[in-house]
Amino acid sequence: MLEAFKKTEVYKSIFRHSYQDTQRNRALQIVDNVFLHLHPVRVPRHATNIGYTWGMGGITFLLFLVLTITGIILMFYYRPTAQYAYEDMKYLMNDVPFGPLIRNMHRWAAHAMVLTVMLHMFRVFLTGSYKPPRQFNWVVGVLLLVLTLLLSFSGYLLPWDQLAIWAVTVGTNMARATPLLGHEGPFGPELGMQPDNDVRFVLLGGTEVGPPTLLRFYVGHCIFLPIIAAIFMAVHFWRVRKDGGISGPETPKKA
Amino acid sequence: MQQFLEILTKPDNIPIVFLLFSVIFFSWFAWTKAKKNDAQGFPVEATMDDKVQVWPYLVRVEFLATIAVMAVLVIWSITLDAPLEEPANRSLTPNPSKAPWYFLGLQELLVYFDPWIAGVVLPTLIIVGLMAIPYIDINPKGNGYYTYKERKFAVLVFSFGFLILWCLLIFIGTFLRGPGWNFFMPGEKWDPHYVAVLTNIDLSEMWPLNIATRLPDGSLNPASFIFGAVCVLGFYSLGPLYWLKYRNSDFMKKLGLIRYGTVSFLFLTMVGLLVKILLRLIPTFLGLNPVKYVWVTPWFNV
Ligand code: HEM
Repeated sequence: MLEAFKKTEVYKSIFRHSYQDTQRNRALQIVDNVFLHLHPVRVPRHATNIGYTWGMGGITFLLFLVLTITGIILMFYYRPTAQYAYEDMKYLMNDVPFGPLIRNMHRWAAHAMVLTVMLHMFRVFLTGSYKPPRQFNWVVGVLLLVLTLLLSFSGYLLPWDQLAIWAVTVGTNMARATPLLGHEGPFGPELGMQPDNDVRFVLLGGTEVGPPTLLRFYVGHCIFLPIIAAIFMAVHFWRVRKDGGISGPETPKKA
Repeated sequence: MQQFLEILTKPDNIPIVFLLFSVIFFSWFAWTKAKKNDAQGFPVEATMDDKVQVWPYLVRVEFLATIAVMAVLVIWSITLDAPLEEPANRSLTPNPSKAPWYFLGLQELLVYFDPWIAGVVLPTLIIVGLMAIPYIDINPKGNGYYTYKERKFAVLVFSFGFLILWCLLIFIGTFLRGPGWNFFMPGEKWDPHYVAVLTNIDLSEMWPLNIATRLPDGSLNPASFIFGAVCVLGFYSLGPLYWLKYRNSDFMKKLGLIRYGTVSFLFLTMVGLLVKILLRLIPTFLGLNPVKYVWVTPWFNV
């Protein structure tokens, strides 16, 4: 049956080549697959060594994918208004089948991603991989780090419980003190900044963390920030390839 | 101790326990690799530069890593529920109120600096400083392998910033700061009525200067203002002074003035951070009044 299926046009149109273990097929396996062709066909041996990269960049990306999928599922059960948000969380945790599992996975993957992105940066620094020609990809990386933190922070508010609003209150209170642009920052009052017109007001959509803040953070968390992060990740991966693949020591033999 | 364990095992604090172990492990791991490379005179990676097929060799590693990560994540999610506390209530402020764990290093800095520095200027400098690294580090060595010998300054400064100023402060902020953001040793009870014994003073008010920051009528004392200005501006002028002394060395010529200015400013800021923290901590341990501000001005305080 399977053999017969493998001979049909449908099968061939999907897989295009046989699975015999030949050098050519191994190469085709990569270039004929839209997901795997992110990779080169061949890499230096040390690039497959976990001891070198710690795998942290890849794990960060995996966690981002997990977060996207679990996040979309959570969106089916969640309404970003002060009236419903907390109720929806309760419902999710108590009555939705596998609700707690999905929510837990989303939350723990988010924490883990912050951790792995920091470790990834640490590794890239210690192997000097930001040095030419990879300077710009490091800059893209820093933006990804900031986006990861912002994603995590904006998500923190959404359960709309005590933990959420006070953590976000503490975090956004800093914005009051922005020099020039905050109403408690150096030279802020001199420039006419008040609680209801400074940067914090713009961020929160009010003078304190309230329903408009919830909506703002929700839109940022579910739409704006993930899209920006995905775009920068695309650039990041593309640059890894264009900069000559994974960094490694100069050797005379290297092509 | 009971309470410390409770804080340690709060679901949202579990990542920090991971952070603790992974940071220590990876620092040790990178360190041994660097030592090995330095000792044998060539990087291990250089012996692994033959090309291998991505399918199956790399895809296999990725596949196994994916399974491992997913297994950990699923087990973690089955055993530990994400927290959901009481509904949001603006009139009930928890004490202490803490930001998410990855910002607690910055929140911890609020002890030592006014919000405009700890909450705005320093984060901005961290981001800009990180982005500047590839452009200010002109040392061509150590590209693509672990080493310490060939880039001591870079590795030391970055590790200090990441391990001490970022990670250690996160631990302190999470585990050792209780109500009123007071410091409690592990095992000490978080007493909400704890009052610090020592009052903060400004640097100029310290022995042997004893120049009061404010005059009896409450206005700023010019002597204190000038002293503070000299301290802060004098500290930052160490950068230009060092440059004047060594500007003709080959290294400085290659580095150039703009790069040098950036490096020295960022480096001095990092050192200044440490100095300010120590100005608070050392007197406290000696039972003296800790320093609050170095420089008080009508517009901002440093
Ligand atoms: C969402 C966050 C990020 C993702 C998903 C990501 C992903 C990756 C991946 C998959 C690689 C391939 C090598 C590896 O796995 O180590 C990589 C390499 C790299 N990343 Fe990231 N990264 C992120 C953030 C960062 C950050 C914060 C930095 C630095 C500040 C950074 C700088 C770099 C550089 C310079 C390389 C090239 C390393 C080399 O060639 O050895 N990335 N990244």
